This record gives sequence, C-alpha cells and structure tokens, in this order.
Amino acid sequence: MSVTTVVLAGVGGQGTILAGDVLAKVAVSEGLDVKLSEVHGMAQRGGSVQTVVRFGEAVYAPVVDPGTADLLIAFEIIEAARMLPLLRSGGHFVANRRMVQPLPVLTGDLPAPGGLEGALRAEGAIVLDAESLACEAGSPRSANIVLLGAASVALPFADDAWRAVIESRVPPKTVDANLRAFHLGRSACEEGACAL
Amino acid sequence: MARALLSGNEAVARGAWEAGVSVGIGYPGTPSTEVLENLVKYEDVRCEWAPNEKVAAEVAGGVSLGGHRALVTMKHVGLNVAADPLYTQAYTGVSGGLVYLVADDPGMHSSQNEQDTRNHAAGAHVPLLEPSDSQEALEFVRRAFELSETHDIPVIVRMTTRVAHGKTLVEVGERRAVEPKPYTRSPSKYVMMPAGARQRRLDLTSRLAGLKTESEHAAENRIEMRDPALGVVTSGVAYQYVREALPEASILKLGMPLPIPEALVRDFAARVDRLAVVEELEPYLTLRLQALGLALTDVGFSFVGELSPSIIAAAFGREVADVRPPLPGLPPRPPLLCAGCPHRGVFYALSKMHAVVMGDIGCYTLAALPPLNAMDTTVCMGASLGMAHGMELVDAAEGPIVAVIGDSTFAHSGLTGLLHLAYSGQGGTVIVLDNRTTAMTGHQGNPVNGVAIDGSEAPAVDLEALCRALGAASVQTVNPHDLAEVQRVLAEETASEHLSVVIAKAPCVFLSREKNTPFEVDPELCKKCGKCIRLGCPAISRSDAGEAVIDVAQCVGCRQCTQVCAFGAIVPGGSVCDRGGAR
Repeated sequence: MSVTTVVLAGVGGQGTILAGDVLAKVAVSEGLDVKLSEVHGMAQRGGSVQTVVRFGEAVYAPVVDPGTADLLIAFEIIEAARMLPLLRSGGHFVANRRMVQPLPVLTGDLPAPGGLEGALRAEGAIVLDAESLACEAGSPRSANIVLLGAASVALPFADDAWRAVIESRVPPKTVDANLRAFHLGRSACEEGACAL
Repeated sequence: MARALLSGNEAVARGAWEAGVSVGIGYPGTPSTEVLENLVKYEDVRCEWAPNEKVAAEVAGGVSLGGHRALVTMKHVGLNVAADPLYTQAYTGVSGGLVYLVADDPGMHSSQNEQDTRNHAAGAHVPLLEPSDSQEALEFVRRAFELSETHDIPVIVRMTTRVAHGKTLVEVGERRAVEPKPYTRSPSKYVMMPAGARQRRLDLTSRLAGLKTESEHAAENRIEMRDPALGVVTSGVAYQYVREALPEASILKLGMPLPIPEALVRDFAARVDRLAVVEELEPYLTLRLQALGLALTDVGFSFVGELSPSIIAAAFGREVADVRPPLPGLPPRPPLLCAGCPHRGVFYALSKMHAVVMGDIGCYTLAALPPLNAMDTTVCMGASLGMAHGMELVDAAEGPIVAVIGDSTFAHSGLTGLLHLAYSGQGGTVIVLDNRTTAMTGHQGNPVNGVAIDGSEAPAVDLEALCRALGAASVQTVNPHDLAEVQRVLAEETASEHLSVVIAKAPCVFLSREKNTPFEVDPELCKKCGKCIRLGCPAISRSDAGEAVIDVAQCVGCRQCTQVCAFGAIVPGGSVCDRGGAR
C-alpha cells in the first residue's frame, strides 16, 4: 500500500486539530504507519491553519508538498480555495460552504472573493453546509466531524473504527452529537451529494 | 508493546520520565511548550514553570549539582536568555544528568527569528542530539542523560517544529530508577573564578575529546548504504525528507551532529561518488564538512525557512508533481486578536491617541496589524520598556511613547527594564496587559496569575505592589473592556512627567467558562458609519448593503463594540442554530 496524504485546513479555532487527530488514530487502529503534522501558536489565533495526516506501510515526511495531497478537507471556503494547489491530479476534495471573512475583508480593505463554490466544484470539490448538518446533529461545534464524515467516504476505514475513535476522543457529553454529525456528513456524501 | 501516536514533545516527556528525571523546568515557548505540560502528568517528577529560561537553567543546574537528573525546556530564542548559565555549566560540568531541550522554529511559524541552536551548542562546546521523529525524541532524551553523566557536561536535544509538533508512532519503555548522587562540595569544579575557570576550560577540552570519540561510534550516527552514486549527509527531520525525495540515495544520518564524527564522515565520503549535505536553517554541517576539505555538491539551498521533500527533489533535479494554479484574488488571513480579547480595548485607545507603541512578545503583538495599527516594534521578551526609554531619551516622537507588555512577559524580562526606568528618573508610561495567563503558548500559569504548572493554586505576586517597589510613581489598574476608562487613564498618565504603570486587567477569553450573551446588529438602527469595524473584531463584518453584521457564533459578549456605536444599534442576539447555521 502506498502512502495516503490527507490535508485538513481551516481557520484557527475551527477544530481542524481534533479532526486530524481522529483521522490519525483511526489509521493507527487499522495497523498502519501514521505521521501527523500541525502548527501551534500564533497561527491558531484566527489565522490559516493546516493539519497533515499521512498513512501507509511506511511514512517518512510528516508534511505535504504542492500537487501531492490525495484528499483535502476544508473547513472554510477561502481556505479551501487557498489549498487547491496542494491537491494532486485525481485527488478528492471536500469543502465546507461557510466563509469566515479574514480581517482585511472585514475592515473593507479587500473585497470578499466571489464565485468560490463554482470554481471549487469545477476542480472536482464536493461543497456542503457542515454547520447546518452540525446543528441538525445537535451541536453547532461538531461541523468538523460532519466534514470528517463526508470525507470518510474516500477513505479505506470501517465505520466501527471511526466510531471507536470518535467516542474516545471528543468530550463525553458530546459523543452522541458527534457520532450523529459523522453519519450526517457521511450520508450526505453517500446519497449522491458527492461523487467520491 | 502497542505503539502509541505521540507528538515529539510528548515523546520527549516520556523519554525524560523513563530516564528517571527528578525535575523538569522551563518557560513556555512554541514549539517546546508541550514537553513540560506532558511531563507534569507523570508521577515522581517535579515540574515548574520558571519566570524565564535563565532561571529555569539555573534551577536545573542546582538539581544536577544536587545529584539528580534535570530537564530544562525552551524555544530557540529562550536559549539566548539561558545562554549565560549554559556556557559556564559546560565548564563546571554536572553531577546528575543535565539536558536542555531546545526547539527551533524553521519558517518562523510562531517566532520572531529562526536562529539555529546548533550554533549555540558549538559556541558553548556542548554535545547536541537531533531526533528526526517521536521515537528518536524519546530515545535521544534517554541517551542525552547518559551522555551528560558519562562526560560530565550538559547536553542539548534540538527539536524543530515538525519534530516537536509532528505525531509519529512510538514504542515506549518503563521508568528506570536512578540512584541520586550525594552532594559533595567541590569549589575547584563549581566556583568559576578565573584560576578555577582556566583549569575547567582545559578540562572541557579533554571532555570534548572523549565526546568526539563517542560521536564516532554513536548508534545515533549511522551510514545507510544504498546507491553509492549519491551520498547525503543529513540530520533531524531533513532525514525524513531525504528518504522520501531521494529513496535510492545513500545517507549518513547524524543523530549526534555535535561534536562532528570526522572519521565517520570521511569514511562515508570515500564510499560515495557525489557527496551532498541537506540541512534545515544554517549551513552548520556544510561548513564543518568543507572545513574537513570535502568537496560538496552544491545543490543551491537557501538556508532560509523549512525544507520539504519537493524542495529537495527539485534541488537534485528530480521530477516533482504538477501543481494546479492557485485561484486568483484570495485575501490573506493573518492571525488576529480573538473576538472579545481584552487587549483590544487598550490598543483601540492607543490607536486613537496616535501613540508610538514599543511592543513585546505575546498575542498582543497582533495589534500591529490593521485596522488597529497600534504597535511600532516587537523584538524580544521585555524589549518594550528599554526601547520606550531609549526613544524618550532622544525625543523621538511628538506624541506619547508607551511600552506595552503582557503579564507573563513582564515577569520574564520586564522587571529589570522597569527598574531601569525608575533609576533613570526620566519618567515613562508602561502598560502591563494582565490577561491572567500566558496566552499565546496555550494558557500556562505564571507568577502573576498564581497558577502552578499542574493547574493548582500557586502564590501570586501583587503586581501593583511590585511595580511600586520597583519605582513606579503611579500604578493604576483599569478594566480594558471599559473603553472610556482606558482612554481617560492613558491620556492622564502619558501627559504626566512621572513613571507610571497602567495595568489593564481582564481574563483572556479562553479562560472565561461562562459565555456572555452574544450581540447582534439591528440593521434598522445601524447608520453604516463603520466605527465598530475599526475595532478589528473578527466577529464584526459588513453586509453587502453596508450595515455592520455580528457573527453570533464568534461573539462572546465583551461589549466593547456597544461602547463605540453612537446609535445603539448593537443589541443582545440569539443562537447560531436559530439562523440555520452558516451565514
């Protein structure tokens, strides 16, 4: 088995680190070699953040290079567009519809980019409204797990493996909401909303 | 035993614990912080946050002198502060093992420079180990304690961001009990007056000779022979990149690059057709190999920022992946002060005053960015006070000049600066942003907030009394969320001739468990004046029609914006799910 590279990107505070950790632990539970890389500190204060998870028989580098990601999971639509160059030809791409406006846009110094959803779909991305599904699952904070559920369709791991790791990794009170969120995301993809 | 997915920092903590460490101490700094945060979870280890790295290194030196093993942790720039004890500890040597864990930040993800700790190790004449993943991080820390005791010297374990914060699979071991050595007085070894120091300097040279022999035969320095056409000398995470980018290349992996194993390097060079060095940051190995007279293939690395497999592949003329063009017109997303951050109230006032602001290291550095534009400098921990005084000495600005420093940074390196301002008799205005935590690095305890490393209560310094004792004529504490109060007090103190300290005290938003009711904008009342937008709060944006809009999912109800709105348009809001999720 060759190495699979997954990139999770979003805005500091959106839960990319937890989602990346869940994915990495699922891969470990399936007996694979796994490496994960993320950046802490200043970037987490509302800046662009990125977690890279790589798994396979033997993984060396913990980082991603342009044109090499097999799967991109974007928690925010501008960040989705920003990381497009990482995606390899034929790679999978799941993106959240939500836009979190960066400060230069909030202050009116730069315009909000338009037409991103169409541009991303043209590149093969699946775009979904993770916040709506998260609210449906019972916790607006579970949008990260909705996206993981949607992306799981493109990953070779069994449902039970995901369930076990989510149960062990999220706060106890939110286990049910997060499991619902995972399955709502997964169903959204399975029901033809996405062609992964 | 099952393998666990550990970050490099978690593995360092595990390795130190397994090595029987008695004390772990350091100052938080990305990417090193999680080492002590994890070590404190183990039994039989005393952990402390020190006010700065120098104190930490001296405490660790005392533990070592007392015959126990000590780990001291810091980021790369922290070693500048701890360099004073380190350079002389190399002379005195150790009793119990003394290990410095120093984390470099290539690419400056969360740092003000990207200095290379290998240069400090060379300058201090101490050995350095450099792990390339979490398994090695654990093993190298254990080994570092043994080397330290065998060769009577402090040992540096150098991490970089990708090793410290990368997670890889680790096979862990068990704690090995280490017999403490009894303290015996030895002035000739530990009192570094010139006569004794000269002897220890010579002794250091002979200890280094022993270390050199160790390095030649260390298991951490290994040759991996594959195709002899290309041989790469590398260390740290760069080893992983080379394995990926040049899978057929022969490699000399230097897990212990200092002291350099000359004979091993020459042996490797003789066995390959072309020799190259791949290293991150400074050309440390490159210069050493050139000094040995070895001919290196110049692959044209810039020695700036991080490497990656593609950068290496391209440098060696290998094929790299096709890359899609980026989508045009994407706005950058710089990090920013959080919604509800108490610092914002202070910088909003400084921005309105057109003050010249000498800044410091912490989240509040982000106030330098638009729209607040309220910081003129950021250099190093504690620099704000001295620089403000220097600017005052030469009447550099027409308007007010202030120093702004966080609570933990003030405890780290601000006290001596304030003492100097008092001693100079020239006055000045210092603002201490007391958000009750060391926020940027993930909310650690410090001497000001009275929280110990394990989260328990610790004695807290009386900040007002401390500032008065250091010589401030006026010390006032203000609530930074009360914009009128902040503006009034800052106008008053910057106009005065005396030395004043203004303490802006309110907890970091991450510390408040109780969320206030979020606010929203009543579009009927909003006059589109944009005043609230100028606060630079990430929860506030403009609608297409120009009215302000508050994202109730981000708003924490700090009420700062309600004070700048002249039209009463900012009113209590509802839940995000009532609005159908995403906007």
